Formats: sequence, structure tokens, C-alpha cells
Amino acid sequence: MRKLLNVFLLVSLASAILLLTISRMNAAQGLTSGNTLTIFNWGDYIDATLVKQFEDETGVKVIYETFDSNEAMMTKIEQGGTTYDIAVPSEYMIDKMRQENLLITLDHSKLPNLKNIDERFMDLPFDPDNKFSVPYFWGTVGIVYNSTMLDGIEIDSWNDLWNPKLKNEIFLIDGAREVIGMGLNSLGYSLNDINKEHLREAKEKLDSLTPNVKAIVGDEARTLLENREAAIGLVWSGVASEIMYENEELEYVVPKEGSNLWFDNMVIPKTAKNVEAAHQFINFILDAKIAAQNTEYVSYSTPNKEALKHMPEEMVNDQRFYPPAELTEKLEVYENLGKKNLAYYNELFLEFKMHRK
Amino acid sequence: MENKVTRQLYMVPYVLWIVLFVIAPILLVLYYSFFNIEGQLSLDNYQKFFTPVYLKMTLSSFWYAFLITAITLLVAYPTAYLLTKTKHKHLWLLLIIVPSWINLLLKAYAFLGIFGTFGAANQFLELIGIGTQQILFTDFSFIFVSVYIFIPFMILPIFNSLNQLNPTLLDAANDLGASKWMTFKRVIFPLTIDGVKSGCQVVFIPALSLFMLTRLIAGNRVITLGTAIEQHFLVTQDWGMGSTIAVFLIIFMFLIMFLTGTKKRGV
Repeated sequence: MRKLLNVFLLVSLASAILLLTISRMNAAQGLTSGNTLTIFNWGDYIDATLVKQFEDETGVKVIYETFDSNEAMMTKIEQGGTTYDIAVPSEYMIDKMRQENLLITLDHSKLPNLKNIDERFMDLPFDPDNKFSVPYFWGTVGIVYNSTMLDGIEIDSWNDLWNPKLKNEIFLIDGAREVIGMGLNSLGYSLNDINKEHLREAKEKLDSLTPNVKAIVGDEARTLLENREAAIGLVWSGVASEIMYENEELEYVVPKEGSNLWFDNMVIPKTAKNVEAAHQFINFILDAKIAAQNTEYVSYSTPNKEALKHMPEEMVNDQRFYPPAELTEKLEVYENLGKKNLAYYNELFLEFKMHRK
Repeated sequence: MENKVTRQLYMVPYVLWIVLFVIAPILLVLYYSFFNIEGQLSLDNYQKFFTPVYLKMTLSSFWYAFLITAITLLVAYPTAYLLTKTKHKHLWLLLIIVPSWINLLLKAYAFLGIFGTFGAANQFLELIGIGTQQILFTDFSFIFVSVYIFIPFMILPIFNSLNQLNPTLLDAANDLGASKWMTFKRVIFPLTIDGVKSGCQVVFIPALSLFMLTRLIAGNRVITLGTAIEQHFLVTQDWGMGSTIAVFLIIFMFLIMFLTGTKKRGV
């Protein structure tokens, strides 16, 4: 009993010391409530030096957290118990969050740099008049491939992936809408199709792709493709441009049948505790030079037309990542299909994953 | 001191813990499982569980969990036996347990490198003349890595029961003319069966719902009930269906505990 009590006391003492040290360290960094800004963003989606610069300029301390899917992000915000001041959802998720009253209206008078955004990316159907969101980055979904590993096989359409010579050469991203969408596009259907027969058909078509699929992976796709584990990947454009920088054998193409055009946008969720600093940060990121620096780091496409002037020409003129308006018009933006249809997409995706070679 | 009031006072933390962190979550899971995706009270989810998709998933989860447990046992039992025969057995045991202090994800990522097309494993195969094989994203790599991760958990209980085995019993068996195999079959194994059972429980039950490894190591080629739960909660936001699968997992776990449970025998 005596011994047990001693152990108990020791543990309590150790915890108390740790707790004290942590609060001291936080205080030393100025991390007291009221002076912090909590940002909830996708992994590796900002130039960290900019966060530091923002802290130095404003004296606001930034707490930075990351998520890896829109749905996981929304679940965390919906559940409460979090204090995110800024989040960066994609367009269909903004539509959903708007409908469920999870967003705070933006005060445009506090965002003078909003004028830097290309009008092409303003006032889009998922958020008319940009009441709740400001574009952060945009991009496409497409195919990245290693031309040296393919000896001469050309790829410019989704259907090229069904080539029997490409056995075990494809990595798919672990996203139901992206993969089922690829099936739909390859059959000439819309990415927002909710006709169950069309979806079944797309799933069956995907089943026949199974021998060519090496794995369905998450963010690991970057390293795997960069290290030549397989020749082809279904990826987001930014992933492609990032790994193409590391491995020059890689090429990126948006398939001719059409594909997905997406926008990630900064919003202030209902959980925000520091709305003032959130506006400050959004305006900071919209600054032309800051946006240019951020874009060079993140390597997705920026909607900031002023920033383009501060960026290297070969980056801005790269049509693979800055497709002209006549091309983007052919691409489709995801619509919020509602829970029930989304569940059906996911069920088909689960079935596709279970389909064995 | 041992009066009724203090004894009840001591019970408070335990009861609070059990109610807040065991009973309440299970009841919540049960509650959610009765709501379909539109938030209406129904048995839809249970009906859905008995469709081929989920039945197939359940079967394959059981099959993989069984394979993982069986292979882990095959490796762990002889290892534990040899450990008890070594001079510094606790040191060796510690060395086997140390890897389990490292985060599971880190180990999984390490295997991505080792098993990759240009990784150490394939370099070795190349060296001995077999040539590069696809190791990553196969059943083999999934089972191998799972077994690797679970081995310490299987060795511990078996080691403990082997360690408690009275050596005079083995001498007696020997004196009475039992062969080595006979001694193992009739004396050692029956006396350590409790260790084997708890080892199997500790491995089989988590193996049934592995989900990170199915993506990282098996490239989503292996789908377990755990993967489906994760997807329903995080992607589909169909909490009802996720909870329903969880309810079935809880039922399976109780069944397994019941079937392999140790009955108290008067020894």
C-alpha cells in the first residue's frame, strides 16, 4: 500500500512538472488565448516561412493543424470542441458547410487584397458573391506518368489506362469521387452523375482495370511515383507538379474526355475564436508577393492574377498547370451530391477495392 | 479502515471509468447503429450488413485475422520456448519487446522502403538470383508486416506461462519414458494453453479490424471491417452503418472471448 502510494505521488509530481513546463513554454512564445490564430489546412499546403512572417508582422501566434480529407475536416468542425479560425475546404464541401450553417460571413472591407483574385475564380456557384470563401488554390485531376518506363505508350485519355500492357503499373488515389469519376469520365458520363445504372456501369468498367492497378494509396503516392514504383498515377495536379520537380522523367496530362476542376478556399468556420486575426491572415495570403511565394512552394495553381506577375515565367506559362479558360470550361466542378448519393459512390468504391485480380 | 464506506469510496474511480469509457461508448455505438443515412430510426443498416458486400468483407477479415494469428503463434511459441532456456532470458525478452515501443505508423513506413521495388528485400532477391518481385501491396507483405507487429504481444503471455512451468514435471515425464514430442504434447502444451489462448485473443481481435496497414502495406487490396468503419465515419459520414459494423465487431469479440475463455478449474 505504502509503495503504491509513493508511485502514485511520483506520477502526480511528474505530471505537474510537465504541465507547468508546457504552460511556461507556451507563455514564452506568447501563446495565450486571445492572441492566437488556429489554422486547419491540408498537409504540406503552405510555405511555413510565411506563417512565421505573419506572426512577426502582426504579433498573432499561429497554431497550425492539418487534415487529409474534406470529410474528416468537416467532421471535426461539426463535432465542436475545436477552435479553428481558418479552414481550407474544397468547393463541394463549402456548399455543404454553408447549408449546414458552419461558416461565418466574410467582411470584404477587411480584405482589400481580394481585388488580386482573377475574376474567373470569383462568384462561383458553390458560393455566390464569395460571401463565405476566398479562393486559395485550384487545380485539376489527371494522370502523371513516367515516359521512360512506358517505352512509347502514349497517354492522353482515361481509356489509355485500360491497355493490357500496363499490368500493375497504376497507382490510384484513395478517393471515391476521383476514382469513380474516372470510370464515369471514361464512359463519357458526367462526374456528377447520380444515375445508379451509370454508376454501376462505371464500377464494372473499373473492375476490369484491376489487373493494371498496383495499389490504391493516399499521400504516399508522391514518394511511390517519384521512386519509380509504378509508371502511372491518378493524382491531383499539384501532386504531379511537385513530383515532376523531383523526377524529370514524369509528365502530367489532363485526359481529353474531361476531368475534375477543383478549388480550395479559405473560410472562417463557426468554431472561430479570433475572427479579426482570421481576416488579417486571409488578406495577408491574398497579397500578390506573398501568394507568389506560397505558390512557388506549394506548386498548385494560384487564382491570384497579380501573383502571377511575381512568379517565374516558365511556371505561369505551363499550360499543364495553368490551362487556358477554353480548356477549363470543359472540365467539371464537383457538385455536392448529398449524403445518400455520396454513400452510394462510397459503397461502389468499397466494392471496387474488394474486387480481386 | 476496511469498513463499507471506504470500500465504496475506492470503487468510485473504477465505476466512473467503466461507465464513462466502456459502457457509455458501447451504448452510443448501439444507439447510432439504428439510424440510417437520412437520420431516420430503422433497421436498414442491419439489413445492409447481410448483403454480399459486407458478408464477404467479414469473411475476408476473419480469414486474414486467422492467418495472422496462426502464423504469429507458429513463430512466437518456439521463440518463447527458446527464450526460457537462455541464460539472460529477461534481457532477450526485453529486446523482443523493444520494437513494440516504436509507433506502428513509423514501422509501416519503414516497410514501404524495405519492400519497395528498389528496396533492401528486392536487392537481396536480385543478389541470390531470383530477381525483383512485387512484394509491396500483396497479401504476403500485409500478413508479414502484421505478424511482425503482433509477435511481441503473442510472445509475452506464452513466455510467462512457460516460465511458470514447474521444471520437475519435465523431469518426471522424462523419467517415465516420455519422448521429447510426447512431453511437449502431453505436458508442456496443455500447461501453457492459457498463455496461448490469451496470446491469440490479444492478436486475433485487433487483427480483425486493422486498417492503417491495409492501405499502407496492402494498398487497399485487403479490405477489413476496420477499413469500412473508418470510411463510413470519415468519408461517407454514414455513422449509422459504421456503428452497425462496430456492433458486429463487438459481438464477434465477445464470442471469441467466450469460446477461448479460461474456465477456472480446481488445480
